Amino acid sequence: MTDDIVYSAIIDEHYQEPRNFGKIENPDEHIMETNPTCGDTIAMYVRIGEGRIKEIKYVAKGCSISVASASILSENVEGKPIENVLGMTKEDILGNLGLKLGPAREKCALLSYDALIKMIKDFKSRNPQ
Amino acid sequence: MINVDEIRKDFPIFKRFEREGIVYLDNAATTQKPRSVIDSVVNFYENHNSNVHRGVYRIGEEATELYNRSRENIAKFVGAKANNIVFVRNATEALNLTASGLVSVMGEGDEVLVSRMEHHSNIVPWQIQAANRKIGLKFIENGERERINWKLIEENLSERTKVVSLTQCSNILGTINDLNDVGMHLHNLGIKFVVDGAQSVPHMPVDVKKLKCDLMAFSGHKMLGPSGTGCLYGTEEILNEMPPYMGGGEMIREVYEDHFVSAEVPEKFEAGTPNIEGAIGLSAAVDYLRKIGMENIRDHEKEIISYILKREDELNMDDLVSYGPRDPEYRAGIFTFNIKKKVEGDRPFGNEVHPHDISHMADKIEGVELRSGHHCAMPMTVALGVYATARASFYIYNDMKDADRLFESIQKIEKRMIVK
Repeated sequence: MTDDIVYSAIIDEHYQEPRNFGKIENPDEHIMETNPTCGDTIAMYVRIGEGRIKEIKYVAKGCSISVASASILSENVEGKPIENVLGMTKEDILGNLGLKLGPAREKCALLSYDALIKMIKDFKSRNPQ
Repeated sequence: MINVDEIRKDFPIFKRFEREGIVYLDNAATTQKPRSVIDSVVNFYENHNSNVHRGVYRIGEEATELYNRSRENIAKFVGAKANNIVFVRNATEALNLTASGLVSVMGEGDEVLVSRMEHHSNIVPWQIQAANRKIGLKFIENGERERINWKLIEENLSERTKVVSLTQCSNILGTINDLNDVGMHLHNLGIKFVVDGAQSVPHMPVDVKKLKCDLMAFSGHKMLGPSGTGCLYGTEEILNEMPPYMGGGEMIREVYEDHFVSAEVPEKFEAGTPNIEGAIGLSAAVDYLRKIGMENIRDHEKEIISYILKREDELNMDDLVSYGPRDPEYRAGIFTFNIKKKVEGDRPFGNEVHPHDISHMADKIEGVELRSGHHCAMPMTVALGVYATARASFYIYNDMKDADRLFESIQKIEKRMIVK
């Protein structure tokens, strides 16, 4: 694990070419989240079927960490059961980034995760089993 | 002239800065503390600690005397008398007190005029009060390079304007506004004049009598003093007119089951045990600044910003965009910028570097400590057409070499992050 975004290949790769970037028309859930300290925003969209994330997309405006984190998250959760996604911890997200971050930048890294968890919870409350 | 090397010796934290190669450029947020300020706080705790205005025993008397003398000293620093200075936690609290006090004596439909370059502290307290009391809040839509002066204010007044509340120096653009004759004009119109001095009092000579303001807020921690210190200056007339802000100990003279009688100003606004060591530390900070001379400090920062603007022109970087007036005569030592390609296009990444990345990398690559975000000035940030900026802000212990380090880090970040 490195503490330096300057030389992180993972961040660079996902920042320059974020995966699953864009919008889903008629999603099952969508959300807009912002980071008040820096004004980063993410609009996230999901389609959920048979208890799994069928499709996930987002439009993010933010720093390299928030964009790369959203990109990595989207790759990791696509096709996964939503219960497994709810079981993911903040530590898992930060671990996937391979970075050691201070408290201010952790917020950047967790913006997309917070958005996704909120959407899944909303989905579950609207579609009780 | 200022001798930066000598000044740095007075600041214990510079030992660490030198060891780690840190260039601290976030002075608009808070400043470092000289030995004399730290010592004065420690000395209070080690030798005089007790509450103020109460004990008639010896250390109680000493604490009260140190506290009172500090108020007098700080008052003198801005051209005021001790009774005109209310101790608060910071300029934000001073402005909240101001908004609450002034709005309570305004009528429905009356208006407060501020500008677009204000810190949130000079916007949100008015918004909170406006919602409660149905008063209006109007903005001077100043341009990015525009200096606020009487003409601009006058254009924005209405018959209902009762208060004009403006920053003397913008924390995001570095604009030093021309408030010289504003107080006089507003008084003639019977309009109250509030000044946010958070970025001016630490950096230039400020005299409330010359400003002819009714109220002025400033922070202690932005002028070498301890955190949790700040002041509200007010004329005797207005401080008497405004109702108390918080209730409790210290601020009362008499309390009955059905009413109370407030203490005289300034204690009327100082409920509870105050930040005694903070006031003493701020007084030591004022002594330190006075020794250097506020004219000298302003000249020093003018020299630094002139150098920065000149270097920026010389380097003529394609991807560097900066904001604020270009004339050093009315520009403080604040340089706010973005690194982005000046091209249109829908590619979301690769043509701009997020300010969070700028400050993270400036720290990692060059040890340059910058601020990033909207700097508590979101309306101005939005008006700039961006959602965040990076900011370097300078003080007495910074020099041209620090400015060079800033540009070195900007160049390295540009090279690393901008896709050509």
